[in-house]
Amino acid sequence: MERMLMKGNEAIAEAAVRAGVAAYFGYPITPQSELPEYMARELPGRGGVFLQAESEVAAINMVYGAAGAGARVMTSTSSPGVSLMQEGLSYLVGAELPCVVVNMVRGGPGLGNIAPAQGDYFQATRSAGHGDGRLLVLAPATIQEAADLTILAFDLAERYRNPVMILGDGILGQMMEPVTFPEPVARERDLSWATTGAGEGPRRLISSIYLEPESLERHNLHLQEKYRRMQQEARVEAYRMEDAAVAVAAFGLAARVARSAVDRARAKGIRAGLLRPITLYPFPTAAYAEAAGRVQVFLTVEMSAGQLVEDVRLAVEGRVPVRFYGRLGGVVPTPPEVLEQIERVAGEVGER
Amino acid sequence: MKQVFARPKVLLETPMHYCPGCTHGIAHRLLAEVIDELDLRGRTVGVASVGCSVFMYNYFDLDFQQAAHGRAPAVATGIKRVLPDRIVFTYQGDGDLAAIGTAEIVHAANRGENITVIFINNAVYGMTGGQMAPTTLLGMRTTTTPFGRDARQAGYPIRVVELLNTLRGPAYLARVALTGPAHIHKAKKAIRRALQTQVDGLGFSLVEVLSTCPVTWGLQPLEAIHWLESNMLPAFPLGEFRTPDGPREAPPSPDGRRGEKVPAGTGGGPERV
Repeated sequence: MERMLMKGNEAIAEAAVRAGVAAYFGYPITPQSELPEYMARELPGRGGVFLQAESEVAAINMVYGAAGAGARVMTSTSSPGVSLMQEGLSYLVGAELPCVVVNMVRGGPGLGNIAPAQGDYFQATRSAGHGDGRLLVLAPATIQEAADLTILAFDLAERYRNPVMILGDGILGQMMEPVTFPEPVARERDLSWATTGAGEGPRRLISSIYLEPESLERHNLHLQEKYRRMQQEARVEAYRMEDAAVAVAAFGLAARVARSAVDRARAKGIRAGLLRPITLYPFPTAAYAEAAGRVQVFLTVEMSAGQLVEDVRLAVEGRVPVRFYGRLGGVVPTPPEVLEQIERVAGEVGER
Repeated sequence: MKQVFARPKVLLETPMHYCPGCTHGIAHRLLAEVIDELDLRGRTVGVASVGCSVFMYNYFDLDFQQAAHGRAPAVATGIKRVLPDRIVFTYQGDGDLAAIGTAEIVHAANRGENITVIFINNAVYGMTGGQMAPTTLLGMRTTTTPFGRDARQAGYPIRVVELLNTLRGPAYLARVALTGPAHIHKAKKAIRRALQTQVDGLGFSLVEVLSTCPVTWGLQPLEAIHWLESNMLPAFPLGEFRTPDGPREAPPSPDGRRGEKVPAGTGGGPERV
């Protein structure tokens, strides 16, 4: 299989093209503009549609239209753009339309900066715009994983008829690593719901309106049942967790830093491990709950003011302390900083 | 006996929810007749927008998508780009198209997106209960302009067809009114020409349909028709502003009124009863 050196943004785009994406709609924003640029170059010659929208608002609604017409479709953006897409995401969830949305998170709030950050964790994992909706959220930590999760994202979106978000950051999008692309697996899609013009058959409707409260409640209960089924998609990576006393929880770029810090702690005789969520929603609650029975303390390392820490606390249900270390505004924590934090919490529980 | 009048095939036998005297029913019927005549059933997707017509999919035997407020042209773009051989139309009110959805309509038109837009202009927000629309006339009373629309405070009525006519993208732009058999006949011709423009792959088409909203205007249905004739027709000139065979750049409007200022205080809104 061909091994290529690619930027994260381009690897995601290439993976999407190989996964058979039929249309890409997006609006330029740093630090993900290589992705629409790649699509603009590649898609027209490889059987797809590229269109630069007038805004993120328009882009996500173009995604809605194309998804409702049964096409494999995606968009990509960065934090402020995702804020603008919240309306469309809510309608996509309400109308049960599959699509993939890439968010290369940057520093916030407001215009913030273009440096890598993880401050959109709550926005991604807690809701899809207004209402009671959810996104599936995947958090790659390497370029290879970004490509693999992009292919998975389309499968999950179509399996659950729900938008899937790939949550990365500026560094993941910009850095280069070797990547291989798996052979695409052609899957039969059930499109019996899509609005394709009705043909000789009965008319179809893509909508999120349920005026009667009882009928909207039924629709919501159906969505909730779907979110319960999604729990089986939870994915986690355990690194040196077998005998760990200190478990570091981190995702994406922060997890790469944490991994180095765990190795340094081990070299100093501290039994540290890393439990990295690959899916942020559904959160791999079971893996954290199970680890809580074995470790003495958790430490979450984040590029935010502490968001993942809430999910870890919910998962361990107070059985062990959960500590937090984070850098803000696009500052990436360094391995020595994280090592110092591991030593701090290790001391707290008598592990060296 | 020879049947001379029948329900269009594509219009379902579902009682409409529109208020007495509302012209949505006429606009729906004209659209349905044209879809029948052009034999578009089976390859058409409609986009319903937020407003009184949001439930129009209940009345048409067609595939439909319901769009977020103002986003119908973006949704239609998404459909058309992945299904270019299907006929895609939006049906939007003045709040939807000319306020919250201004960016989407301007850019869909500017791209020459090969879709058709039926734009219902009744100078008021109907569904939310009669608030000011971007097309509300100067001096016209609404629940949010209780003393009449004052240009100094709320700006001027937007003339959408004239606005879009400054762009190169559109292929067909017309304004019609649903005020009597002659005008309604012309309205149908415009809707037919708009959809034919799309069928022929010539690009973006839009028909602005001047309509009544008797309930929020506080008028009887017949009074509303008269009010439209005496107040909206002077502010919103009728005609075909752009045709596929005409020039694509900044053509003058048929009656030479483009750019003419509407004097403040004219248009005078109905007294609310």
